[in-house]
Amino acid sequence: MKAVIVQELERSYDKVEALKGISFEVDQGEIFGIIGPDGAGKTTLFRILTTLLLADSGFASVDGNEVVKDYKSIRKKIGYMPGRFSLYQDLTVEENLKIFASIFKTTIEENYHLIKDIYQQIEPFKKRKAGALSGGMKQKLALSCALIHKPVVLFLDEPTTGVDPVSRKEFWDMLDKLKHQGITILVSTPYMDEASLCNRIGLIQDGNFLKIDTPENIINQYENVLLAAQSNQMSKLLKDLRTEEDINTCFAFGDSHHITIKKESLAENGGNFSIDKLTMDLSNKGHKDIHIEPIKAGIEDCFMELAK
Amino acid sequence: MLRFLLEKEFKQFFRNSFVPRMVIMFPLSAILIYPLVANFEVKNVNLSLVDHDKSSYSRNLVQKVVASGYFNITDISTNYEDALETIESDQADLILEIPPNFERTLVKDKKANLMISANAVNGNKGGLGTAYLVRIISDYSGNIQAELMGNHGRLKIPNLDIIPLYRYNPSLLYSVFMVPAILIMVLAMICGFLPALNIVGEKENGTIEQMNVTPVKKFTFIVSKLIPYWLSGYVVLTIGITVSLLVWKLFPEGYLITIYFFATIFILAFSGFGLVISNYAVTVQQAMFMMFFFVLTFIFMSGLYTPVENMPGWAQFISHFSPLKYIIQVLRMVYLKGSSFNELIPQFIALCGFAIFFNGWAVLSYKKSS
Repeated sequence: MKAVIVQELERSYDKVEALKGISFEVDQGEIFGIIGPDGAGKTTLFRILTTLLLADSGFASVDGNEVVKDYKSIRKKIGYMPGRFSLYQDLTVEENLKIFASIFKTTIEENYHLIKDIYQQIEPFKKRKAGALSGGMKQKLALSCALIHKPVVLFLDEPTTGVDPVSRKEFWDMLDKLKHQGITILVSTPYMDEASLCNRIGLIQDGNFLKIDTPENIINQYENVLLAAQSNQMSKLLKDLRTEEDINTCFAFGDSHHITIKKESLAENGGNFSIDKLTMDLSNKGHKDIHIEPIKAGIEDCFMELAK
Repeated sequence: MLRFLLEKEFKQFFRNSFVPRMVIMFPLSAILIYPLVANFEVKNVNLSLVDHDKSSYSRNLVQKVVASGYFNITDISTNYEDALETIESDQADLILEIPPNFERTLVKDKKANLMISANAVNGNKGGLGTAYLVRIISDYSGNIQAELMGNHGRLKIPNLDIIPLYRYNPSLLYSVFMVPAILIMVLAMICGFLPALNIVGEKENGTIEQMNVTPVKKFTFIVSKLIPYWLSGYVVLTIGITVSLLVWKLFPEGYLITIYFFATIFILAFSGFGLVISNYAVTVQQAMFMMFFFVLTFIFMSGLYTPVENMPGWAQFISHFSPLKYIIQVLRMVYLKGSSFNELIPQFIALCGFAIFFNGWAVLSYKKSS
């Protein structure tokens, strides 16, 4: 049985279509990443799957239970961690965990093994009010609370947004451990670099999936020649590169610009593009310290290509 | 399940730095202070005197006015125009003008005219001040009459002396009228406002979402929200009754149990109203304003300050829709007249109607919004 099945799911808010008939399936025990920019429909999808929102049309089921008809059984076996910290800030760390344990008719002790790795890090502060925790610790507490009843499927809506890089890394390590405990994890994130940590990912934009596959396959299917370019005037470089006739696309990527070359310009297709020629062109336009090299595509490059 | 949620609610309730104090302080200060402030008895009316006569009769009259204790003579003007200026500059509320030859006319014709002019910007003060003054003057005229007749010693004119008997509030104390009503106002605030604000607060913080994905039933969740405030309602009511006994020497003529019984229905109705608001409001600020608007309307339409019978027809009609009106009637009747349940059946039916209406609406609107 699939952990999550979604078929032709649609949902609109007034005139805005948040989900335009999306379909996907998640296998048991995998980490499925939903990756896309803000406003792509990630949270809407999560709210439908966690029975907080009704879809306009389409079908969705979690662990074999239909989200509308069997919402009661779903609520017993899923864990949900919303993007915004939603625990009681005026209760202590321990009290928050306890209230969520008792709501699910379980105790902290019973499922302590599940949350041990995470909870141990915040246990020294268990008498502290949740509102007084740091951002990273809040995330750990929220994850502990979502896990305390041993959910079958765990929904994490942008769990690493606003978390420092070290905590982000730790967080993903924890997810990997949970996966080995047999928990299916659906995680959404706007960070493309986290995609490679998922078993499979769905790239989402404007309420549609652009592609669903393993991160490796998505990268391998990338066909363009991709170059990274740097010079001493980065913003001028972006403009100049975009006027080059051989260049198809050019985006700013951190400390370099990623450029793709038009197919017909490549030497193998009879074109006359070469890195040396481009370097020459750019230095004629006043650029210095020009550095251009071919690179391997990342998920973000694939997303840019697919989103075009 | 409810037990765990209640445990959480009570923890949060007592951890809140403001709500438990408010539950104690609000009824205390309301019962202690409001009746003193919300008082329509008019004292210290400033009187400007224009005495053209300056006779022994006119002096007697003035003495009588001063002796009544209601009036301060702020100035003595030589003519009406000067007196009017003191009214214009707000130094005086009333002018009493005694015409020239007042004494002579009175003795000769057995009849004389006086003029009272009142500043009616504060209609209450002007009206009541005039009424007091008229009473003093008519009292005075009775004395004069007796004196003049007595001089002749022949004819006795029958003198009608009216002594009204004020049933249920013999000394017409305003506090007796206000205290039961203020008790209810406090109850409405604690049991209507607070749970609504609490629920909307959970909405605003997103914590309600986290609760919604658990097997907790909405009904259980809401009941766990209401119970602490219901209990606070009884605490508030008990404090209020005790304070009004100690400070205002007020104890219900009827049974306390009648008060608690009706208070229970009222709490149920008004917390239901709070829930309706909490279903429509998205932020605490919105809820606060919506509550404020309705509670203010309910209070003004309830006859708390001004009798419903004094209102224009349309307002009297609207007042039927204020649950506060019925419960205030109940408290006043039990407190002052000692009414028992049998005399309060119309109010009982009305309050039950409100309880069913508001809670039913709350349940329906909750389902819609999810």
